[in-house]
Amino acid sequence: MTSAPSQDALVKIRGLSFKHGQRVIFDNLDLDIRRGSVTAVMGPSGSGKTTLLKLITGQLRPDRGHIEVDGIAVQRLDRAGLYRLRRRMGMLFQSGALLTDLSVFDNVAYPLREHTDLGPSMLRKLVLIKLEAVGLRGARDLMPSQLSGGMARRVALARAIALDPGMVLYDEPFTGQDPISMGILVKLIRQLNDAAGLTSVLVSHDVHETASIADDLYLISQGRVVARGTPADIAADRSEWVRQFMDGLPDGPVHFHYPAPPLEADLRTRGAA
Amino acid sequence: MGKRRNIEVLVGAFMVLGLVALFFLAMEVSNLTLDRGAEGYRLTARFANVGSLKVRAPVTMAGVRIGRVESIRFDKATYEAVVTLRVDAVIDTIPEDTFANIFTSGLLGEQYIGLDPGGSQYYLGDGDVIANTQSALVLEQMIGQFLFSKAGESG
Amino acid sequence: MLLNGLARLGRGGLGVLERTGRAHLLLAAILIGSGEVLRRPRLLWEQVFNVGVLSLLIVGVSGLFVGMVLGLQGYYVLSQFGAEESLGVMVAASLVRELGPVVTALLVAGRAGSALTAEIGLMKATEQLSGLEMMAVDPVRRILTPRFFGGVLAMPMLAAIFSAVGVLGGYFVGVGLLGVDEGAYWSQMQAKIDFAKDVVNGAVKSLVFGAVVTWIALFQGYDTVPTSEGVSRSTTRSVVHSALVVLGLDFVLTALMFGE
Repeated sequence: MTSAPSQDALVKIRGLSFKHGQRVIFDNLDLDIRRGSVTAVMGPSGSGKTTLLKLITGQLRPDRGHIEVDGIAVQRLDRAGLYRLRRRMGMLFQSGALLTDLSVFDNVAYPLREHTDLGPSMLRKLVLIKLEAVGLRGARDLMPSQLSGGMARRVALARAIALDPGMVLYDEPFTGQDPISMGILVKLIRQLNDAAGLTSVLVSHDVHETASIADDLYLISQGRVVARGTPADIAADRSEWVRQFMDGLPDGPVHFHYPAPPLEADLRTRGAA
Repeated sequence: MGKRRNIEVLVGAFMVLGLVALFFLAMEVSNLTLDRGAEGYRLTARFANVGSLKVRAPVTMAGVRIGRVESIRFDKATYEAVVTLRVDAVIDTIPEDTFANIFTSGLLGEQYIGLDPGGSQYYLGDGDVIANTQSALVLEQMIGQFLFSKAGESG
Repeated sequence: MLLNGLARLGRGGLGVLERTGRAHLLLAAILIGSGEVLRRPRLLWEQVFNVGVLSLLIVGVSGLFVGMVLGLQGYYVLSQFGAEESLGVMVAASLVRELGPVVTALLVAGRAGSALTAEIGLMKATEQLSGLEMMAVDPVRRILTPRFFGGVLAMPMLAAIFSAVGVLGGYFVGVGLLGVDEGAYWSQMQAKIDFAKDVVNGAVKSLVFGAVVTWIALFQGYDTVPTSEGVSRSTTRSVVHSALVVLGLDFVLTALMFGE
C-alpha cells in the first residue's frame, strides 16, 4: 500500500447485486475507494465495469446492496439529491460525450453556466484555466468534430473538473488511443488527482497504463472481486486467473473456446442447426 | 453571437409569416367579421316556412349584406318559425312596413333573407317584429302548384 | 404450435404496452419540465427555427402545388355541374380542414421529426445524454422539452402557411388559367368557410398533430438502442408511426369536430 494520509473510504460498496435482465452482472460485491487515491477497477469486457460507474453515480439502481458515497446512500437518493451529489463528481465518458453543437469553450463552460452565476469574464478565466490544465487552451474555438479522439477526451476531462469536483470517474480512458495521447492521459489523471486532491476511479482493461498510475487495483470477473491490492500485490499474485488477465495469456481459466459440446459430437449431429 | 442573432431574426420572420397566413385565412378565406353584429340590434320575423335557412345566413337589403340570422326556433303555439336577425347598428333606418323574404342564391345555392324596404317613416328598433314576411319557396310546392294550375287551364 | 403463436402475440402485445407506457411517462416528464422553456426562451426559439424555419420551404412549395392540383381537379368536377364558382370553397375547405393540417404534419414528420429522432438518438448513442445527467442537468428538461414545444408551436404556423399558399395556388390555376370569376372565387369562399368551425378547428388539429409528431420523434430518439443500427431503425419508425398516428387521429378529430 502507498502511504495514504487518510485511510477512510470515500466510496463504500457492500453486498452489491445487480442483474441486467437475466444476466447477473454483480453478485454480492464489496469494494472500497479511498479518499485521495487513484483506484482502478479492471476486468475483461462485459464484466460490468461501466455498470459499476453507473451504479456509483446513481444512473442505475442496485437490486440489492448498499452504495455509499461520502457517507450518502446513493441508492436511496431522489432525483434532486442525485443531482446535488453529481455536482461534486465528474465523469469522463469513453466517447468524451461532448455536446456536438457547442464549441470546446462552450462545452467546458456548460456546467459552470448551468450551476453557477458567474459573470462572463470570471467564467472565461475559469474555462481557460481548466483548458490550460489539459493543454488545450489553444483549441477553445474548435468544434468537437474537429478534435481527435484523445483531444476530445481531454476536453471532456476539463469539463468534468470544471466544477472542482471531489471525485472523478474515468470510463475506459485509454481505449483506442495512440501511444502518445495514452501517455498524456495517464500523466493527466495522476497529475490532476495529486494536484487537486481528487479521488479518482478508473475503469479499464488496459493493464499496464492502469497499473502504472493506480494506488489500488480491483480485478473483477463474473460479478465478483477476484483480486485486490496495490499494483505490486497484483503483480506478485500467483493465482491463475490473475496471471492470465494481467499477462494477456490466450488460454487459462478463461478458455479460448466459448462453451460448446465436444467438436466431434457437434459435427456428427445431423439436421437441426 | 451573429449566428444566434440570425436565428432570432429568422424565427421572428417565421412567426410573422405564420400569423399573416392565419390572418389571411381568417379575413380573406373565412371572412371573419370582427363581429360588428355585437353592436347591432335584433329584429324578429315569423315565417310559415323557412325552407333550409341556416343560422349565420346573410340578411341583405338591395343585395348588400346588412346582418346575419342569429337564431331560428319553432313556436309551438302558432306553428311558425321565429327567426331572429341581427342587423348592423349603422343600418338604423329600416321602415316598419318592410317585407322580409327568404330567397335562394342561384338554383342550388344557400338561402338568405332579403329585406324589401316599405314606405313608412317609422323605423324599426331593437326587439321589433317584421310583420310582413314571405316564406321560403319550396321547390316541390312550386312544381306542385305549377302542375295544378296547368291541369286547371286544360280542364 | 398454437400456444407458441399465442405466446408470441402476447409478448408482442406486452412489448407494445410497455413502450406506450414509457412514451407516456416521457411525455409527462417533458410537460413537467415545461417551466424550463419559460426560463430559457432562447432554447425554444432555436427549436422553432429547427422545426419551423427549416421546414418552411418544403411546406410552402408543397402547399402551392397541392392548391394548384385542387384548383385543376376541382374545376373539372365542378364544371360538370356548372358550379365553377364554388371552386374557391372547395379548395379552401379541403385545405383548411384537412390537407393543411394533415399534409403539413406528414411533411414535418419526414423533414423535422426524423431529424429530431436521429439527433436525440445520436446524443444517446454518443453518451451526450448520460453526460448531461452526470453534469446534474436533466436531459429531458434541457433537450427534449424545448424541442417538444418548438414542434407544437411551429406546426400550426406551418399548417396555416400551407393552407394560405394552397388557396393562392388554387386561385392562380382556377382564376388565372381556367377563367373562374375572381369575385366568385373569393366571395363564395368567404360566405361558406366559417372561421370558428373551419379555421379554428384546422388550427386545433395541427396543434394536436404538432404535439403528437414531436412526441413520437422524441420518444423514438430517447428510447433508441444506442447503436448506429438502432438509431437508423428508430428514425424510420419515427416517420412511420407519426404518419399512421396522424392519419388515424385525423379521422377521430374530424369525426369529433365536423360530425354534428
